[in-house]
Amino acid sequence: MDLYEYQARDLFESMGVPVLKGAVATTAQEAATAAASMGGRVVVKAQVKVGGRGKAGGVKLAENADEAREKAAAILGMDIKGHTVHKVMIAQAAPIESEYYLAILLDRANRSFLVMASVSGGMDIEQVAQETPEKLAKVNIDPYKGLSLDEAKQIVLKGGFPSDVADEVAKVLVTLWDVFKKSDATLVEVNPLVKTKDGRVIALDGKVTLDDNAGFRHPDHESLIDTSATDPLEALAKEKDLNYVKLDGEVGIIGNGAGLVMSTLDVVAYAGEKFGGVKPANFLDIGGGASAQVMADGLSIILGDPAVKSVFVNVFGGITACDAVANGIVQALEILGGKATKPIVVRLDGNNVAEGRRILNQAAHPLVQQLETMDGAAAKAAELAAK
Amino acid sequence: MAIFLDEKSKVIVQGMTGSEGTKHTKRMLAAGTKIVGGVTPGKGGQSVEIDGHTLPVFNSVKEAMTATGADVSVVFVPPKFAKAAAIDAIDAEIRLMVVITEGIPVHDTAEFFAYAQSKGKTRIIGPNCPGLISPGKSNVGIIPSDITGKGKIGLVSKSGTLTYQMMYELRDFGFTTAVGIGGDPVIGTTHIDCFKAFQDDPETAAIVMIGEIGGDAEERAAAFIKEYVRKPVVGYVAGFTAPEGKTMGHAGAIVSGSSGTAEAKKVALEAAGVKVGKTPSETAELMRKILS
Repeated sequence: MDLYEYQARDLFESMGVPVLKGAVATTAQEAATAAASMGGRVVVKAQVKVGGRGKAGGVKLAENADEAREKAAAILGMDIKGHTVHKVMIAQAAPIESEYYLAILLDRANRSFLVMASVSGGMDIEQVAQETPEKLAKVNIDPYKGLSLDEAKQIVLKGGFPSDVADEVAKVLVTLWDVFKKSDATLVEVNPLVKTKDGRVIALDGKVTLDDNAGFRHPDHESLIDTSATDPLEALAKEKDLNYVKLDGEVGIIGNGAGLVMSTLDVVAYAGEKFGGVKPANFLDIGGGASAQVMADGLSIILGDPAVKSVFVNVFGGITACDAVANGIVQALEILGGKATKPIVVRLDGNNVAEGRRILNQAAHPLVQQLETMDGAAAKAAELAAK
Repeated sequence: MAIFLDEKSKVIVQGMTGSEGTKHTKRMLAAGTKIVGGVTPGKGGQSVEIDGHTLPVFNSVKEAMTATGADVSVVFVPPKFAKAAAIDAIDAEIRLMVVITEGIPVHDTAEFFAYAQSKGKTRIIGPNCPGLISPGKSNVGIIPSDITGKGKIGLVSKSGTLTYQMMYELRDFGFTTAVGIGGDPVIGTTHIDCFKAFQDDPETAAIVMIGEIGGDAEERAAAFIKEYVRKPVVGYVAGFTAPEGKTMGHAGAIVSGSSGTAEAKKVALEAAGVKVGKTPSETAELMRKILS
């Protein structure tokens, strides 16, 4: 889960990373009130989970509360790269002398954690890495041992930070490690980390990604989820404990196993090229045990998507037996009754396939047709969706 | 021969007394795996009857290894306790630990992987994987043992069901070993480790690899293939239609910005001489042509 900037700021503040005052607002009036309580100059910043908001006009300086109201009114509702702005953060303005960069992230390639530090802050770090790699210190951290203050000092030295801030930056880095570790983050990025004209070191903008798998030890992370930005079908699926991602096509997909479902999406899109560019409508992995209830829940979510014109159920029986899946489909259709209205193409293969196919043939549900291969079934589902 | 696992492997099950552990211990025994015991902290000294086998339960992997001579462990422990189970097995210096558990926080996996590296004794497969099977010899994890038998293809895959699908499509050829390396962002054994082992295994004639979106493991594998692998390789990559920024079922299956795309992986593999199929069936067909 990616956090909004204001959530990252709150998290930083609670764990001792130096930040400026900030408050979130969903209306222009709230923005004005927040600005008035801070006093003086503030920055009004669009809260969107996408880069490049400054260039898009989503960050404005305001001299006082009235201006903050005005700027917030202009920014709220703005579209930034397809993301509508529903919230702004009102942040204290600071006289900046220098901008730096610090980040700690999961390094998948090295199966480790990585610290990146640079005195070229405030810009796109990928650009820094490409154009002036010597200005970006990258150091792997042993996940088992963690990051000590001494190591942090070495990294800061390597990053070429000026001596008057080096100790302070190293301290911030150790605190950020603490944030990274204790909140089970996979990314903690501060860009820019600034030195103010009065010599303070402050995290001015933060990006944090939290590991969804670690939710069980962070019950508080639940409240950080932005339910308003979640697709309603995805929210419904989550309630039913289903692994569902909404896409923008017409063929509803149900399968077992993440890899097989991803592959099913591709095969459908590939087959759809012959049928006017028909595409998959969703990702839905019902996992190993495809009970009738799970199948009914899955079908009902997919049929609740008005864009869906046909459904493709693609199951390879590994541990799950195909006869159980077939029974699940038959019972699910009974549970759904009149709510099931779209044609359903089923491809079963693997464990106990003959019995599975027999069950579906015998049930002879008017909406269901079976095909024996994944490629053939995908083509059929695409054809039906194109009609 | 086979890689990582053969008929001599003696296996203990961490979390054997839990419901998943018991269910799969039964299946592994039925597949002929030499299961010699289980580990559940606090339940040491008890024993469990599974399908006519009396299996001793130990408090720690060390005790289990001393008593049974086990060299492989398979972990069915829930995410909350998985790190402790892994550290226990690494401390005992077990040769191979296969972590089936899905949903382990990546900080935990990164920690126990780093710990295993520092000790240098334990190969980890997984987490979030179906395990591995050397057909006719041993089966550790949850891969169905009756899809196909012993043969000359080596398979390495991030996905469980696609592994089964591919084994099924090529069931008339059979496999030396099929390894499900798992779909998490941090995994213990990579495509590259498996390619090296398959290249060095005289019985493996050709290799199938299955990859998916996220990270750059396939690109790195491609570079390794070019440099080291002389056996024919066919590949498949899932996730061409996955949107940016969405996790597709597996925790590691996510396209971030322009990195981790299926297209980039396919291009890299093809540049290394790997024949890449558009669908699993087409990929199986490519292998079929090579072997017939």
